[in-house]
Amino acid sequence: MHNDIQPQPVHWSGPGLTRIPFAVYSDAQLAADEQVRIFRGPVWNYLCLEAELPDAGSYRTTFAGETPVVVVRDDDGEIYAFENRCAHRGALIALEKSGRSDNFQCVYHAWSYNRQGDLTGVAFEKGVKGQGGMPASFCKEAHGPRKLRIASFSGLVFGSFSDDVPSVEEYLGEEICQRIERVLHKPVEVIGRFTQALPNNWKLYVENVKDSYHASLLHMFFTTFELNRLSQKGGVIVDETGGHHVSFSMIDAAAEKDASYKEQALRSDNDRYRLKDPSVLAGFKEYGDGVTLQILSVFPGFVLQQIQNCLAVRQVLPKGTARTELNWTYIGYADDTPAQRKVRLKQSNLVGPAGFISMEDGAVGGFVQRGIAGAADHEAVVEMGGDAAVSGEGRATEASVRGFWKAYRQHMGA
Amino acid sequence: MIDLLALCAFNAAYADAIDSDALEQWPGFFTEDCHYRITHIENEREGLAAGIVYADSRAMLEDRIAALREANIYERQRYRHLLGMPLVQRADAELAEARTPFLVARIMATGQTEVFATGVYQDRFARQDGQLRLQSRVAVCDSTVTDTLLALPL
Repeated sequence: MHNDIQPQPVHWSGPGLTRIPFAVYSDAQLAADEQVRIFRGPVWNYLCLEAELPDAGSYRTTFAGETPVVVVRDDDGEIYAFENRCAHRGALIALEKSGRSDNFQCVYHAWSYNRQGDLTGVAFEKGVKGQGGMPASFCKEAHGPRKLRIASFSGLVFGSFSDDVPSVEEYLGEEICQRIERVLHKPVEVIGRFTQALPNNWKLYVENVKDSYHASLLHMFFTTFELNRLSQKGGVIVDETGGHHVSFSMIDAAAEKDASYKEQALRSDNDRYRLKDPSVLAGFKEYGDGVTLQILSVFPGFVLQQIQNCLAVRQVLPKGTARTELNWTYIGYADDTPAQRKVRLKQSNLVGPAGFISMEDGAVGGFVQRGIAGAADHEAVVEMGGDAAVSGEGRATEASVRGFWKAYRQHMGA
Repeated sequence: MIDLLALCAFNAAYADAIDSDALEQWPGFFTEDCHYRITHIENEREGLAAGIVYADSRAMLEDRIAALREANIYERQRYRHLLGMPLVQRADAELAEARTPFLVARIMATGQTEVFATGVYQDRFARQDGQLRLQSRVAVCDSTVTDTLLALPL
């Protein structure tokens, strides 16, 4: 007997953006195609912060999708990135998460590379005592790990394997650029790094980030403390490609408590809950525009977060079809006063794997992944706010989730 | 003199409070003006101050338990703490400093048990009104990765 059932390509029921086949979260072939068409395709992958590469020789190892990458600053002050894969047998070239190095040497057979990823040395290239060695025709310049194009924007380092990707400014578009510059308008420094292993496909987390509909329904802490009422002033920006978004809100503390929740008797409203030490939420005004919350995403897997004074970047990395690593880098400004830094440290209780307003996001993707285990031929409904993927006011909408699928289908040719 | 046995007994009671879901007792193991932080070894090594939990008062710990009970949504789970022997670094009648290794297994609603965290508590104890309490506990995890979410305290 043999199994002659062929894998079926993921079927989209129409050209619209309101029905998402559940197979997109579990299909192995699709996941492999994503690595080629998206992460090694014409996108800018967030790699690290410029602040994490302070000196010549400073490097970090990271990923573009699942492809391991070395990012390093050279003597010329420029940042370079190349695949973390030896041109010889394919072993990792750099093993540490970060460090400082004049050059890189693969441990397996000691092939060495400069900081720009050029193969500069092959051990025993001329042989030993006249025996062995590489053929005279072997040309080191013709071998080497693939290099990434690098673009820095506001201290964010992006890399791309594609020669066709537009400039990062064009890729992001004017509105997204402005919203990044709004937060990253002066030098930052890292105040902590945490990785959260999510038991779900990477796209479920990216959708969650873009989903302004769930925020006040799943995260009760937010709602109780009036950080994210649907009735607050705010909105969603979806860029032209659909792939990038900004969700923002402005708190009006004087505004009367919105009654619409009480009428609907939603679980989210809980008057009994009051903080004994509200200093966790005590902040200071640092942006002139009154925006107290801004969540910004860049396709495929970058998030910049300003929640009051709590600033972080998040990198979403797929690890197979049903696992994702979420790298949180908490930041402050280099010129923070000790009191301001303390505020950021205390507000960081809001986010991360144990965050009062984010811990649910670590689990909810897994609830979907487990829920759809037998439903590869069924589909999700993404119709809140209609069928468009455009900017709008109010946040009872899934417009930016549809935007993600617009960009995704464009890249995947689906 | 705060002795080893007193620290062991303290830690046993601390672990039992969390593991038996008596979470409301947990803040009582700390002084009113305390520091509690969960971080990992790489942040500690680099001197990065942030924690995935960061509290500088017992009231903040009480708020965290209130949030777990009232606000946050997470799958039913419990912990099993296995605490090692405290390495007493300094002790006198009123103060003690110690490092205690921990292993925390997480038991999920599905019935599955997995190692959730290992690491070391870096502690500063004080005797107040005859009671031993934590002035500071920094849970330094060995792994930089947290699986899914961290709801219950370590």
